[in-house]
Amino acid sequence: MTRAVLAALLLAAAPALAQREMLDAAGRYVVVPAKVERVYAAGPPASILVYAINPDKLLGWTRALRADEAAFFPDKYARLPELGRLTGRGNTANVEVLLKARPDLVVDVGATAAVFASLADRVQHQTGVPYLLLDGRFEAIPDTLRALGHALGDAAAAERLAEYCERALREVAARVAQVPPEKRPRAYYGRGPQGLQTALGGSINAQVMEFLGARNVAGAARGGLAVVSLEQVLAWDPEVIFTNDPNFYEHVWRDARWGALAAVRAKRVHLAPHLPFGWFDFPPGPNRIIGLYWAGKILYPELFPEDLRAKTAEFYKLFHHRAPSAAQLDQLLGEPGVLPR
Amino acid sequence: MIRRTALAYALATGALALLTVFAFALGRFPISALELAQLVANKLFGAAYDIAPSAETVVLQVRGPRILAALLVGAALAAAGTAYQGMFRNPLVSPDILGVSAGAALGAVLGIFFSQSALVIQLGAFAGGLAAVGLVYAVGSNVRRHDPILSLILAGIVLGTLLGAMIALLKYLADPYNQLPAITYWLLGSLAAVSPGDLALAAPFALAGLVPLYLLRWRMNLLSLSDDEARALGVPVARLRIAVVCAATLMTAAAVAISGIIGWVGLLIPHAARMLIGPEFSRLLPLSMVLGAAFLLAVDTLARTVAPIEIPPGVLTALIGTPFFLWLFVTARRAWQ
Repeated sequence: MTRAVLAALLLAAAPALAQREMLDAAGRYVVVPAKVERVYAAGPPASILVYAINPDKLLGWTRALRADEAAFFPDKYARLPELGRLTGRGNTANVEVLLKARPDLVVDVGATAAVFASLADRVQHQTGVPYLLLDGRFEAIPDTLRALGHALGDAAAAERLAEYCERALREVAARVAQVPPEKRPRAYYGRGPQGLQTALGGSINAQVMEFLGARNVAGAARGGLAVVSLEQVLAWDPEVIFTNDPNFYEHVWRDARWGALAAVRAKRVHLAPHLPFGWFDFPPGPNRIIGLYWAGKILYPELFPEDLRAKTAEFYKLFHHRAPSAAQLDQLLGEPGVLPR
Repeated sequence: MIRRTALAYALATGALALLTVFAFALGRFPISALELAQLVANKLFGAAYDIAPSAETVVLQVRGPRILAALLVGAALAAAGTAYQGMFRNPLVSPDILGVSAGAALGAVLGIFFSQSALVIQLGAFAGGLAAVGLVYAVGSNVRRHDPILSLILAGIVLGTLLGAMIALLKYLADPYNQLPAITYWLLGSLAAVSPGDLALAAPFALAGLVPLYLLRWRMNLLSLSDDEARALGVPVARLRIAVVCAATLMTAAAVAISGIIGWVGLLIPHAARMLIGPEFSRLLPLSMVLGAAFLLAVDTLARTVAPIEIPPGVLTALIGTPFFLWLFVTARRAWQ
């Protein structure tokens, strides 16, 4: 399906005329100007992808970067203005702000359900700015990068990133495939200050775990996020716990109740790095690719022999256009799973 | 009348005791009745036992505190509701009428917004609840020309709306990926995360609120008279009202700090108790508390057992409470007053 879309995109591009008609991931035909210099990103994943392909074309972030996030970008991009988000949970954008930014193109990357397609149509109709809706699913990232690169006129840069992602996904999948089902660790993802929000099977939050073949203890129920009781977590008795909450991570070692879990006693609770973008679930962009190597090393140390520092530096250089300093790498990687930092 | 009261008490306490036993025996972590009996025998008589340490942790550190928390929160909300319904002479009043829940919610949401730890979030909720009612009382009691009760309620509604707007603003500005779900879940209310420490923190305040209500139980009946009549009987109405508001607020804030917002209990339970045994406060208060504890325990036991994921107790209180209340409403012979 995505290949077909891609073929359609390439065909549409063949005559390099003033405008191109592109078929986006929601099946909408969008007329894209020949030269796209100014891009408005409708949500965080879109801003991350546009920035990665060509940072000079990104008009602004959906939310101004905080100081700790800004440190990972070259100054002139870290200072890009806050333009709000058009799409998804908590939309804060003002259509007049969008117009004032004079974008050549609006891009959204995420779910392609009818509700988002209709939002795209409405905004496009209201503003007259072409609005491209691309597929944000994990496995679709390479194709989305290529489609976006084509729309921006930066196909070569996008191709490099797409190949990187494709190679990473293929490499990780091949490694995981060697692991027999019974050897795959049973994992729990604890979100929120109490660590009791978790990701159900098939949710966007559980994708990294599921891609790595970890058996999500909450995976039997399908859905998004849900609250579970501590007793349920104790009954599941996961082998590995991932979290995104520093408060929970600090607390878990000191709480006798969590201490009843084998995973806690074995120091197998891991705080996912979150700067500048979370490595484990949110925002659902390419940032989760480096998260695959991080979590993969935790789940299968012998299958992921590479140096995570070098891997992280390479990924950050490629996607954030600045290599992280040694101190930043320490900050990101610390010593995962070893007592409070 | 006496027989009816005695019967209601016997049934309510019996149900509570039975529910508590059931609640200890039920849960997502498999613990057999035999293991439970061994544990009880060990704790009471020092008998030898042989159960997994994780099962012991579940009973003593997770399930036990949660059951106690359900009892505490249910009893506290019901007591506060009973006091307010008596004081405001209105059966539609719930403990959050003076803004305690809205204040607690703002305190907790601020804590989540600034990525604080669970303890700070709880303290924020507790302090927020007290501060909101303090503010409402200050405003309400400075309005001289109107009926004091009416001014209080109006001040509560107005400030509640303001606090609601501030919560809405924080939700809007919160990080939609991490903070917004945490805020949503807090506002839905849950006892899923209760720890022994939370209980130790909340129980003294709830008890401190209960003591004045108990001591004032005879005078409370006089608040159902008009202010002038009560004053003629020598009741210091204004001071009594302050005491009741302080007591009820302390109890509600302590409860909400560990449970989040749980609706219905404080409105429905006092009403049900009144339909059973009439409005006499000294008899009504204990029955309300027993019923409130039993009701929330039943609801929370369902919330934590029926599915691997938690069901928000607020949803269940309404689902179970509404038909029960309607049934009482239709069948009870006794009216309010």
